[in-house]
Amino acid sequence: MSLSDERLHALLCRVQKPARYVGGEWNSVIKDWGQAAVRLALCYPETYEIGMSNLGLAILYDLVNRRPEFLAERAYAPWVDMEDILRAEGLPLFSLETRHSLKEFDVLGFSLQHELNYTNVLNMLDLAGIPLFAGERSAQDPLVIAGGSCTYNPEPLADFFDLFVIGEGEEVLLELLEAFREWKEGGRPGGRGELLARLARIPGIYVPGLYRVRYNADGTVAAIEPAAEGVPARVRKRIVPVLGPVPTRPIVPALQVVHDRGNVEIQRGCSRGCRFCQAGMIYRPIRERPVPEVLRAIDDLLACTGYSEVALVSLSSSDHSGIAEIISQAMARHAEEGLAISLPSLRIDSFSVRLAEMIQATRKTGLTFAPEAGSQRLRDVINKGVTEEDLLRTTEAAFASGWNRIKLYFMLGLPTETDEDVLEIARLIREIRAQGRALRDRAVEIGVSVATFVPKPHTPFQWTGLAPREVVEHRQSLLREQTRLRGVELGWSDWESTWLEAVLSRGDRRLGAVIYRAWRAGARFDAWSEHLRPELWREALAAEGLKADFYAHREREEGELFPWEHIDAGVSRRFLWREYRKAREGRLSPDCRAGCHDCGILSALAEERARAGEHAWGCP
Amino acid sequence: MRTEIVQRLRVTFGVDGPLRYISVLDMGRLWERLLRRARIPLAYTQGFNPHPRLQFASPLPVGYSSECELLDLWLAERMEPMQFAAMARDQAPRGLTILQVEEVFLGAPAPQALMHAAHYRVRFWAEISGEDVERALDRLLKQPSLVRQRQKKGHLADYDLRPLIQEARYLSSEGGYHELYMILRTGAEGAGRPEEVLEALGLPAIGNYTIHRVRLVWGAKGG
Repeated sequence: MSLSDERLHALLCRVQKPARYVGGEWNSVIKDWGQAAVRLALCYPETYEIGMSNLGLAILYDLVNRRPEFLAERAYAPWVDMEDILRAEGLPLFSLETRHSLKEFDVLGFSLQHELNYTNVLNMLDLAGIPLFAGERSAQDPLVIAGGSCTYNPEPLADFFDLFVIGEGEEVLLELLEAFREWKEGGRPGGRGELLARLARIPGIYVPGLYRVRYNADGTVAAIEPAAEGVPARVRKRIVPVLGPVPTRPIVPALQVVHDRGNVEIQRGCSRGCRFCQAGMIYRPIRERPVPEVLRAIDDLLACTGYSEVALVSLSSSDHSGIAEIISQAMARHAEEGLAISLPSLRIDSFSVRLAEMIQATRKTGLTFAPEAGSQRLRDVINKGVTEEDLLRTTEAAFASGWNRIKLYFMLGLPTETDEDVLEIARLIREIRAQGRALRDRAVEIGVSVATFVPKPHTPFQWTGLAPREVVEHRQSLLREQTRLRGVELGWSDWESTWLEAVLSRGDRRLGAVIYRAWRAGARFDAWSEHLRPELWREALAAEGLKADFYAHREREEGELFPWEHIDAGVSRRFLWREYRKAREGRLSPDCRAGCHDCGILSALAEERARAGEHAWGCP
Repeated sequence: MRTEIVQRLRVTFGVDGPLRYISVLDMGRLWERLLRRARIPLAYTQGFNPHPRLQFASPLPVGYSSECELLDLWLAERMEPMQFAAMARDQAPRGLTILQVEEVFLGAPAPQALMHAAHYRVRFWAEISGEDVERALDRLLKQPSLVRQRQKKGHLADYDLRPLIQEARYLSSEGGYHELYMILRTGAEGAGRPEEVLEALGLPAIGNYTIHRVRLVWGAKGG
């Protein structure tokens, strides 16, 4: 049963931004519900405006809907006003395309990109009337699955998901839907248990219910073992050997969303090896999209959407070997329509300033660079590979080319950091400001964003802990005192959300009960400072007899088994530890395009590389 | 981007379905993208941040449907209105209907400056008889003034709704659904809104009604 227009209208008159819940956008796909063999709801546990800006879901929506036998629709976390109304009216959470209750789908696929969305996942399942715990679902309930960067440590959500897809979803999701169809059309033999056993045999699929975790007396993990036949001891991530087609007919939201523009992914993976960066480790290897394909995609995307802005998406846009050609050709081809190009991630060098000059788009918003740390010593620790000279030459070039506004990203609480390193941030800011005032005038603005570093799984810093609150706050005030200058604006990350992110990103299975308790007590939209209630989390941890410090702040021993040990990102533990040691010694590992550091990806994904043929990625 | 202006077109369009729920700013972006997809030779403003020259006559409140929205747009190249309509229709999303396209003089005054009133059809559900609705309406219209409050720049301000109601007629009832026809004035004092009339009638709670804009009344002398 789908919700009628009239019933929906009555609800929508009572909420903010009702367009979040109506669908019907340009390029949205409405298929015949009755004709689809398998029905998938792609779910994003945040608001429509944030979820619609996610490129991964746009790729999967396109791929699945291209297959005549499958159907993909969308659902987002309803804002609190809509949640209240749905609960008061006893209505289930519904999909945007055909307004079917989520419970009526075969598969719910969540995209997990941020730990502070976890309570929204539970809330969405609850609003759909689906049992929250995987073990309580029957053969008639939807299969609840997840993908996305958070699944590299899926354990805190192990109780709630039937399975996780590790790595890139383009191929494996279709394999999963195909296997689901066989099971469904075969009369659901063996119920849910048989389905999960079949799916667990697909490479890249992790079924948490088929694994047992044992703990040591000190609370660390003793073992994570398969509890059934035919289940792999470790689940290796999936990748696509060659980047698939760019979705050139993405949905064009009618409501303004966070990134209201077209996206063309020009490159996946990054060769820089920054030691704090999870994306840089888990999205290996690096794969470039050829220039002619990018240009064609831009043409098609503009024609099919009417966007005037296209983002060239990648972890480090200036690293694409043909980036200058892409920009100059795209600008020339679309000059009359006034195309704006945005580059979400610029390397710190004068080449990047030249690229920015070519696109002219960021004059007002400012150029953004991420030195990450203030001192050379600390930048070497994190393997940023940028010298102060690089940075100052880059900002000088930017001011000289007419920019008045520079944005700088730094982190606080990095491993081995001292007060001196933080004072170096202040010195750099002052120097760049003086440079700007000399080259431009007094109107120069320096925006500085200082995030607190959260050590992430599958990075060389996975062994280290989140810095103590007192240290972080002391260094924040130090920095504030040293940069009270006209034209300098500092922004911080809020401590409570950093703390919660650290606990959840490094947690084990026992955190499932904590997430459940926090949600029951009212936690949702934890990523929104006005909604985050850290006391609910503290109480939930205490009630489960767990200590936040154990997860967030503890320095791990070399040999400690991590809760994510059975998830294989293709990068070896040996390499990560070696990088951690090098970090402690302040030794650099240069860009791996210049020489291989034997991270393990080549041997782990040798088969995929062979499949890529002439497009095989550029590891030496 | 082309900045020369050679032609002005006036589009009458309808809004329904999902597009009832977007703001006027969203509607502007939606039209801009539609026109870019249709490859309409739009004239852009000059300067640092050029945008196409588009002008809506009267913003449609969120939640309303309509069959009379007006959009003026300026082109850098001449086009037959019929051809424009065909190209734009191909790119119109669900809920947007292009009803009419005509050429107007470049120097013609902007409709929004000459707006007097709008006609609405209001449908609501209430557990009362049609006669009761009619009686309530009669009583309301006999009042010399209806002083009410409205949010204005963050605080409540008094205003008189009565002079904004040019006409309000009872149309029909069926199974608890009632229909009214209203002509509400628009002017320097602001516009009368159909839901305010319903509220003044003491009729349905929020969400139990639909409002459809039927006609905009504008022109030099009362249209």
